[in-house]
Amino acid sequence: MRAAGRIVSVNGPVLRASGMREFSMREMVHAGKLSLLGEIIRLDGDEAVIQVFEETAGLRTGEPVVGAGAPLSMSLGPGLLGSIFDGIGRPLRKLLEKEGSFVSRGVNIPQLDPDASWDVTPLGKVGDVVTGGTPIATVRETSLVEHRILTPPGVEGEILSILPAGFHRGSETVARLRDGRGRERVVPMISSWPVRTARPVAERLLPDEPLLTGQRVIDGLFPLSKGGVSAIPGGFGTGKTVTQHQLAKWSDAHIVVYIGCGERGNEMTQVLEEFPVLEDPRSGKPLMERTVLIANTSNMPVAAREASIYTGITIAEYYRDMGYDVALMADSTSRWAEALREISGRLGEIPAEEGFPAYLPTRIAEFYERAGKVTTLGGTRGSISIIGAVSPPGGDFTEPVTRHTKRFIRCFWALDQQLARSRHFPAISWTDSYSEYGDEVKTWYEANVDAAWTSLRDRARALLAEDDSIQQIIRLVGEDVLPDDQKLTALTASLLKNGYLQQGAFGPDSYCPPRKGIAILDIMIGFHERAKGMIARGCPLSPLRKMDELVELAHLRELPWDKPEAFDDLKRRLVKRMMEIDRERLATRATGSVRL
Amino acid sequence: MSTEYVGVNSISGPFLMLGGIPHAGYDEIVEVRSQDGTSRTGRVVLVSEKATLVQVFAGTEGLSPAGTSVRFTGRELEIALSPAMLGRTFSGLGEPLDDCGPVLGGVRRPVGGAAINPMGREYPRDFISTGVSSIDVLLTLIRGQKLPIFSGNGLPHNALAVQIATQSKLAGAENFAVVFAGIGIKHDDAAYFRDRLTAGGHGGNLVLFLNLADDPPVERIATPRLALTTAEYLAFDLGMHVLVIMTDMTSYCEALRELSVAKGEVPSRKGYPSYLYSDLASLYERAGVLRNGRGSVTQIPILTMPNDDITHPIPDLTGFITEGQIVLSRDLEARRIYPPVEILPSLSRLMKDGIGKGYTRDDHPNLAGQLFASYSRVHEVRALASVVGADELGKADQASLAFGDAFERGFLSQGAAENREIGQSLDMGWELLSKLPVQELSHLSMEDLERFIKKGSGADDAGAQARP
Ligand SMILES: Nc1ncnc2c1ncn2[C@@H]1O[C@H](COP(=O)(O)OP(=O)(O)OP(=O)(O)O)[C@@H](O)[C@H]1O
Ligand SMILES: [Mg+2]
Repeated sequence: MRAAGRIVSVNGPVLRASGMREFSMREMVHAGKLSLLGEIIRLDGDEAVIQVFEETAGLRTGEPVVGAGAPLSMSLGPGLLGSIFDGIGRPLRKLLEKEGSFVSRGVNIPQLDPDASWDVTPLGKVGDVVTGGTPIATVRETSLVEHRILTPPGVEGEILSILPAGFHRGSETVARLRDGRGRERVVPMISSWPVRTARPVAERLLPDEPLLTGQRVIDGLFPLSKGGVSAIPGGFGTGKTVTQHQLAKWSDAHIVVYIGCGERGNEMTQVLEEFPVLEDPRSGKPLMERTVLIANTSNMPVAAREASIYTGITIAEYYRDMGYDVALMADSTSRWAEALREISGRLGEIPAEEGFPAYLPTRIAEFYERAGKVTTLGGTRGSISIIGAVSPPGGDFTEPVTRHTKRFIRCFWALDQQLARSRHFPAISWTDSYSEYGDEVKTWYEANVDAAWTSLRDRARALLAEDDSIQQIIRLVGEDVLPDDQKLTALTASLLKNGYLQQGAFGPDSYCPPRKGIAILDIMIGFHERAKGMIARGCPLSPLRKMDELVELAHLRELPWDKPEAFDDLKRRLVKRMMEIDRERLATRATGSVRL
Repeated sequence: MSTEYVGVNSISGPFLMLGGIPHAGYDEIVEVRSQDGTSRTGRVVLVSEKATLVQVFAGTEGLSPAGTSVRFTGRELEIALSPAMLGRTFSGLGEPLDDCGPVLGGVRRPVGGAAINPMGREYPRDFISTGVSSIDVLLTLIRGQKLPIFSGNGLPHNALAVQIATQSKLAGAENFAVVFAGIGIKHDDAAYFRDRLTAGGHGGNLVLFLNLADDPPVERIATPRLALTTAEYLAFDLGMHVLVIMTDMTSYCEALRELSVAKGEVPSRKGYPSYLYSDLASLYERAGVLRNGRGSVTQIPILTMPNDDITHPIPDLTGFITEGQIVLSRDLEARRIYPPVEILPSLSRLMKDGIGKGYTRDDHPNLAGQLFASYSRVHEVRALASVVGADELGKADQASLAFGDAFERGFLSQGAAENREIGQSLDMGWELLSKLPVQELSHLSMEDLERFIKKGSGADDAGAQARP
């Protein structure tokens, strides 16, 4: 506790206080008799401007403001996984136990439980020299994840003492070090990091390995890299949250940090109820064991909404530093930008576009730049992939947040209102979306999934593009007048849309192994090429279109991948049937010419 | 702590400006007394050492700077809650409008409402049968959901809201209540709701809060909060299942804009304050089911879309917060189809977890998906038919047109008092789909095709049509 100032004005989440000369910028404070948490965002002589992370009703002028002596920070240590925190890192499970169903104000609870007991295995011994970022002990955090206690960045030295193997409490010191200048340093089990400061890394690497998502349209057409950044914009109800949930469930990251930023309470509850019973498709363990949730719902205070993004990314960096691949979902970054706008408005700052402050693009860039594939200080590889939802007003992608976000991301999954309305899900537009990672990850895909990955992907995208112009003609004059080769393109495109791109999130098709996706694509493109050849030789399209095998092909995604033979079987039958049609045609043409 | 200050510095719009008042609380409620002794309620919206800004709910008409006195109560806006509220009618500020006097006993709660801890929620899964086919099958309402009606002036949103409220399978239950918040509504509409909702002896389960069109707009800020605080009390203290109807949210947002402009705040889209999203969320998020509670709060807010524009900030921000929306269509209404639910832009986000096996019927999810997809194709075919003529269409397109008409006339359309069982509605859906070629039914599984789509029902001969 330190010096105290006094509240001189209250305007929504923004306070002014005087007598603040000894406080520092970005310092946390406790404001008023209710001891509400806030952060200093401007200092001007004796006066400070404070944004308050809790509802300010009832605050009075003259009440005290007390400094906490540290900036807004997140506790880092075992116990993060499986937990849910609010925007400033308060544990919501503990808060529920202590305060009941409604979030109350001015509550002081440690972010991580200092009394929880953990099974610690030391990695070094007395006399070893360790540097910042190297693991010094491991903790079995969940059955899925081994937690590595790292020497904090900037700390190094010779180990003077280290905990013996066995159970220890979160509040304990794991090791004591003596640094080069003879000072004693400690490595705590639970450390703390200021959330607005990025954790350091040794080197940034090219993100050349895909983050597999089990979503066909993503893995097949618009892939994301481990360490990549992607935005998913769309009007209300187009599928941002469902897509983010899908990625949180099925992507092959080691750790998932899910930030509900200014969105619905029920969506967080859904994750809390579902993830503990859903199995990770790779390990068979409950998905909750690799997940951390940050929830600042739309009715929680806006300043904490602004902070939630940083709390989340700090946790992500912490696990990255252990050498893990982390996927971070932020739903929605627009609400974060709007929180910035609201605070900025209350400060009377001069707005740039649509009321947003001029520093909006800088803040967006700073956030996305905390992603990446890196060599950690400890010398291992780790990555953070960010998937940010954007909620443009009226679904209009030209608004500032979408526009600026596009400058700093490399993968864009545009959600299309029209597709969503006709219940084509995921409503990721194949015309407006792009991924710059396609070229970076193709070597990996060709080596690990299918050698034809690139060519199938290119072919499918070309077909869909061709189909878009054909559809414009169809809308004007109908399909009947088109030549057969164009009808065929439309037919294959419709197969692709119905049987490949669409993927229901709530049934057995929710997760599609990359090989299965490619197998479906392969049969569809194979059908197209063969049919195209037949049409060029004068065969009409109608007998091909009536094949029962095509109905089966459109439903192929329903088959589980545990029997890949079924896919080969359909492929064989389809080819056989097409060859028969070709022969029948030749035969009738032959008999026809006899009659002539 | 109730100090009274005589005289104010200035009066402007709905605001009184006082000098710095030591210990004035942000959001505190004050009692404003005019020189003739009548009193009204106000709220502190800005405090600083030099000035205190008070917003007067009933407006500042008739107040004079010298003759006005202000008493600080030290409390936020509160409401007295008790089971005796059931069957009562209150003003938009919570004063009794009937002759039964004030609500006695019970508890007092601030109307602001704290956020529900997401950890304390239970994910809503219980299906509410409304007896309306389009809603039950395609936009299923779930207990604890917030599902607004996006309407326009002159559309039958009131009739639909009443039909839902009275036919809900919850309605029969003893522990069911309706809380109605009329926000800037016409006298006729208020009378309509009161009559219909009390018909059939449900009057004892109804609480009305009425801020009418000619009541002070500033009061509208309070009305939905009073209603929701009451609903939370009935649900989470008394264990009732509460349906909250709030209408018209457009009037609420306009009142908010009026205040914001009067305060001189920097406006955002269309002059609405930049905190409109957060403000609406502070209302809509007050729906749900608690893990440690018995009751539930289900919300059906009604809003009229200015110029029928769904991208207008009011419907747009609402859609970003609520769990779906029921959109009414002027075009269907013109063709005398009731309820004129335009299903394609409509959505129920919670339906996925409240339908299917163990909830409604196992065939429900795929059927709904296919009906949406097929009906969306109807619109394309209709557009094409208007260009080339219906006679020029292929067989599959013809089938699609026939499906569209049958869907609108038979499935969407029903009587304002017609209560259809969910099973009946689902069967109607299958009947409609069986008229379409199998190639068109890609949202169904192979298994559904075997089970529900009888072979040879005019489906085989039509060629597959390639269209999204
Ligand atoms: N892959 C999918 N499979 C099935 N249904 C989906 C899929 N994606 C979206 N949906 C449907 O779309 C609805 C809306 O999706 P979602 O809640 O993700 O929208 P959103 O873009 O996050 O909207 P908001 O901005 O309002 O939060 C879902 O409730 C679901 O019915
Ligand atoms: Mg969402």
